[in-house]
This record gives sequence, C-alpha cells and structure tokens, in this order.
Amino acid sequence: MIVFESVNKTFPDGTTAVASLDLEVGEGEVAVLVGPSGCGKTTTLRMINRMIEPTGGRLTVNGRDVMSVDPPELRRGIGYVIQQIGLFPHRTIAENIATVPALVGWDKRRTRERVDELMTTIGLDAGVADRYPHQLSGGQRQRVGVARALAVDPPIMLMDEPFGAVDPIVRARLQDEFLRLQSEVNKTIAFVTHDIDEAIKMGDRIAIFSQGGHLEQYDTPANILAEPANEFVESFLGGERGLKRLALIPVAEIEADPGPVVAPDDSAEHAARVAAEHGTDWVVVVGPDRRVRGWTFVDGVGDARGTVGDAELRPFALQVAAGDSLRAALNAMMASRTGVAVRVDGDRRYEGILTQELLSRTIR
Amino acid sequence: MDILSALAGWLTDPANWQGSDGIPNRIFEHVWYSLTATAVAVAIALPIGLALGHTGRGGQLAINVSNVGRAIPSFGIIILAFILAGIGFIPVLIALVALAIPPIITNSYVGIRAVDPEIREAAAGMGMTGAQILRRAELPVAMPLVMAGIRTSAVQVVATATLAAVIGLGGLGRYIISGFSQQDTPQVLGGAILVALLSLATEAGLGAVQRAVVSEGLAQRNAEAAVAAKVSATTT
Repeated sequence: MIVFESVNKTFPDGTTAVASLDLEVGEGEVAVLVGPSGCGKTTTLRMINRMIEPTGGRLTVNGRDVMSVDPPELRRGIGYVIQQIGLFPHRTIAENIATVPALVGWDKRRTRERVDELMTTIGLDAGVADRYPHQLSGGQRQRVGVARALAVDPPIMLMDEPFGAVDPIVRARLQDEFLRLQSEVNKTIAFVTHDIDEAIKMGDRIAIFSQGGHLEQYDTPANILAEPANEFVESFLGGERGLKRLALIPVAEIEADPGPVVAPDDSAEHAARVAAEHGTDWVVVVGPDRRVRGWTFVDGVGDARGTVGDAELRPFALQVAAGDSLRAALNAMMASRTGVAVRVDGDRRYEGILTQELLSRTIR
Repeated sequence: MDILSALAGWLTDPANWQGSDGIPNRIFEHVWYSLTATAVAVAIALPIGLALGHTGRGGQLAINVSNVGRAIPSFGIIILAFILAGIGFIPVLIALVALAIPPIITNSYVGIRAVDPEIREAAAGMGMTGAQILRRAELPVAMPLVMAGIRTSAVQVVATATLAAVIGLGGLGRYIISGFSQQDTPQVLGGAILVALLSLATEAGLGAVQRAVVSEGLAQRNAEAAVAAKVSATTT
C-alpha cells in the first residue's frame, strides 16, 4: 500500500511539480498515473522510491515513511521499471535479472533458481539467459526489465512508461502479458503513462493529473469515463469516450433482446409475422439444439415445403458471449447486415440479440 | 647497407647482452621505470577521473588543468625535478607520472560521463549505493575508454623513459645518449629500435589486458556499433 498525504514537490528553482497530493494505492492494486507531459506524474512516481525527494507532506510505503528509510534499502524492496529499461550491457540476461539478488546477498543457487523461474514467468526462452542485452529484441529487453524488477519479489512495483518504447503490436502483447502476470503475482503497482487508452486497459484505478501536479480525478476507469469530474478530465479522455466505455462494460451487464427467432421448421408466413412483430425484415433461425443457424430476409423465404428451412441462411460471422465487451458487440453489429449482435452462451447456444439502441441506452 | 650490418652487428654482439650495460638489464631498468611511473599515475589519476565522472562535477576544470600539464615538456620537468630533488629515480618518476596522468584522467572522466543515463538511473533505482553504481555499472561500461587512456599513457611513458639516461640513470636511453657522445651510430639506432619495440610490446600487452577486463557483451556491442557506423558512412 502506497499512501500520499499532502505530498509536495517544489524544485530548487521554485517550480512546483506536485502540489499537496493525496493519493492511496491499495494492496494488490494497479494505479495508473496519467496526464499530459509536465503534469508531475513521473515526479509523483519517483518520489515513492526517493529517486526524487518530496519537499513536504508524508509518503508511506506499506506503513513506513519513505523519508525514514535509507534510499538504497528502500529501493531494493521496490521493483522499478523504466521506459529506457537500462539493462547493463556488460552483463548477461541472467546476470541482469540477478542484480538485486546480488545486492541483497542471495547465494548462487537460490539466485539461479529464481532467474530460471522468472524467465519462464515472463515468457523468455532459457536460451537467452547467457546472451547479452544487445542481442535481444526491444520486446524481449522490456520483458527482462520487468523480470529484473520482480527478482526479489518486492510487494511494490513502480513502472514508468514501461511499454512506451516498443511498437504498438509488441506493446499490446506486453500489456496483455502484464495483466496476466499481475493476476498471478498481485503486486501493488504505480504505473505512469501518457496514453489514456493504456491507462484504461491497465488500471484498476486511474489518477488523472493536470499541469503543476494537480490530481483532477482518481477513480476506476469505468467511473471516470461515465462521470468525468471536470472539463479537463473530459477533454483528456478525448472524443471517443463512449467507445472507451463500451470496451469496459461486459455483455453480461445488459439484458439481451429475445429477437425475431424462428425454427427451421416454421412456416414462411410465421417468419414474416415474427419479423413484423419485431419491426425487422429478417429473422434469426435457431435450431432445436438452440444453436444459431443464421439469419434470412423474410421476403421470398421458404423452401419447397413452405418452411424456413436452413439451406439459404446467412451466417452471423461474429457472435458475442457474456464475457466479451460491448465494444466487441458493437463490432459484431457493424459486421452484420442485420445491424445486431447475436449473444450466445459458452456452448454457443442462442441467448438473444443486442441492438445499437441497447448500447446507446447503456452509456447515455 | 653498411649501417644496417653495423646495427645487426651491434644487436648480435654477445658483449652487448651481458652485465649491467647489457641489453637485458637495460630493458629491465626501462620496464621498471615505466611500470612504476604508470602504476603511480594510475593510482593518482584513475580515482580522480572516476570520481569526477561519477559526480559529474569539476570535470572540465580537471581536463583543462591536465591539458596544461601536458603542454609542459617532459624534458623540462626532468631537469626541473633534477634541480629540485637531485640525481636519482625521483625526478624521472615525477616527470613520467606528470606525463601519464592527463590521458588517464581525461579518458576515465569522459568514459564515465558517456555511460547512458538510463543505466545509472536503473542502477540507482534498484538500490545500488553510489560506490556500487560506479563499481558495478559505470566502470565496466566505461572500461574500453578507461583502458585506452592507460594504454596511451603507458606507451608515452615507455617512449619518454629514454630521458632518464640524460641525468645519468639507466634504461634503453643509455644507448642513445652514450651512442651520441661516442658518435657510435649503430648503438644509437639499436637503442632507438629497442625503445620502439618495447613501446609496441606495451601496446600489445595492454591490449590483451583490455580484452580480458572488458565484458564480452560490451565488446560485441561496440564492435557491432562500429560496423554499423562504417556501413552507414559508406552507404550515405
């Protein structure tokens, strides 16, 4: 747990980087500090391990006032990852990861075991252990940076734009891996980024800063997107706030519409009636096994026996389940001529349809 | 042709390979002066250069002061030290050390300053003390430049230790000084060639030391960077 109580940072030239900050990062929580450049987010992060000394207030890490601890000792207990990584070029990957264990005096065997374990955890091939940093790709180096910070299993991690220097595809993968890793290790993490989308994706809570180190809002991504505290936050969230919110809300949150459903054996007249009742010119065809066969326009439907049949049906290429986001549902709507998304359960059995009206009602 | 056979005759004369004026003893004296002077210079200059580089303070001043020192001729220092301290090894040592200090200070200062700031940042952020940052991160990364400074100094010292003979000491300079006064050209040339060979051996020996103390990873990276720089220089 990291607690800021009225913490200030004024530099010797008189500029205030952080003004009377109150902030709490709970045990096992990822707090993302975000804001435009010069907003004091990095200063805030670096005060936690005293890479920058606070000039006022009280800052405690797991109950200990950071100012009462010798900086090297404090830092050995706090994982630290920076954008430029800062791997030691003269040391192998294994030696880099073993940096803090060496500082705190672990024996060789324990260190070696921990290094092996971490390489597996972060998805690095054992073959790179004896390589040097310049032989690795940017994404691999960033993983090593994270492994090195985790080496002595510190309860607290500070991450300063850790994925800022890699290309978008690698970044997305590292973010996903990070989230998976965090769900296993449950660290208390302060994470700095200037990218609001990264903040929304990574954060349990987001702290939005404005120039001069003012904390404008500190809340969960969903709450911030739903109710921005002020104009600054709203403009910082950008014009696609609705889309970002959709990404955070699971399909399970809203009730699906039963939809114009018919069985393959139903008559063409019945299908036309069902479509009319729902105000559509198409119907969803669901088999007796409750699986979605596809959809069809009611105009001109009907096989030789006068039933809907299932030969000429068009598929729903994208279907969504309870765990998907409403953004995925919107994507499925866009992909289908019907303009709706089909919701299915874990066994791909039909549960209903989601309409654009349902979505806009949810985020309005 | 005459002079070359005379030189060969001087170098192969068994009489020149024996006793206190023999080539082995003169080489030993020369190496002893050079080694002592270089060791003293490293002991003085390396800590200064590293400390200045680590703190980042006063470096320019130190470089300027040591460059001024470089401009004073070693011969002048020897004579001055000879006048002040009398005959003996001390004036020679003072002159050689003064000569050897500037490249070591400059290179170690510049080498440490050139370490990427993120390496320093990461080292500090993981909880290294100032001394640990210097010892475990900065110095190993700066090692190629630090060693280059020591090599430059050592080679200069070997060449300049010849001057010890001017004030009556030994070393390979003896042959050059005595050769001149006796108008014995083969002896002068023989001494000069031996000094040159010893300089080359020093360079080669310290090159081997450098390969041993510079991390493999760093050497590979620097070599790759050098190749990349050459490629981009030829393609642009």
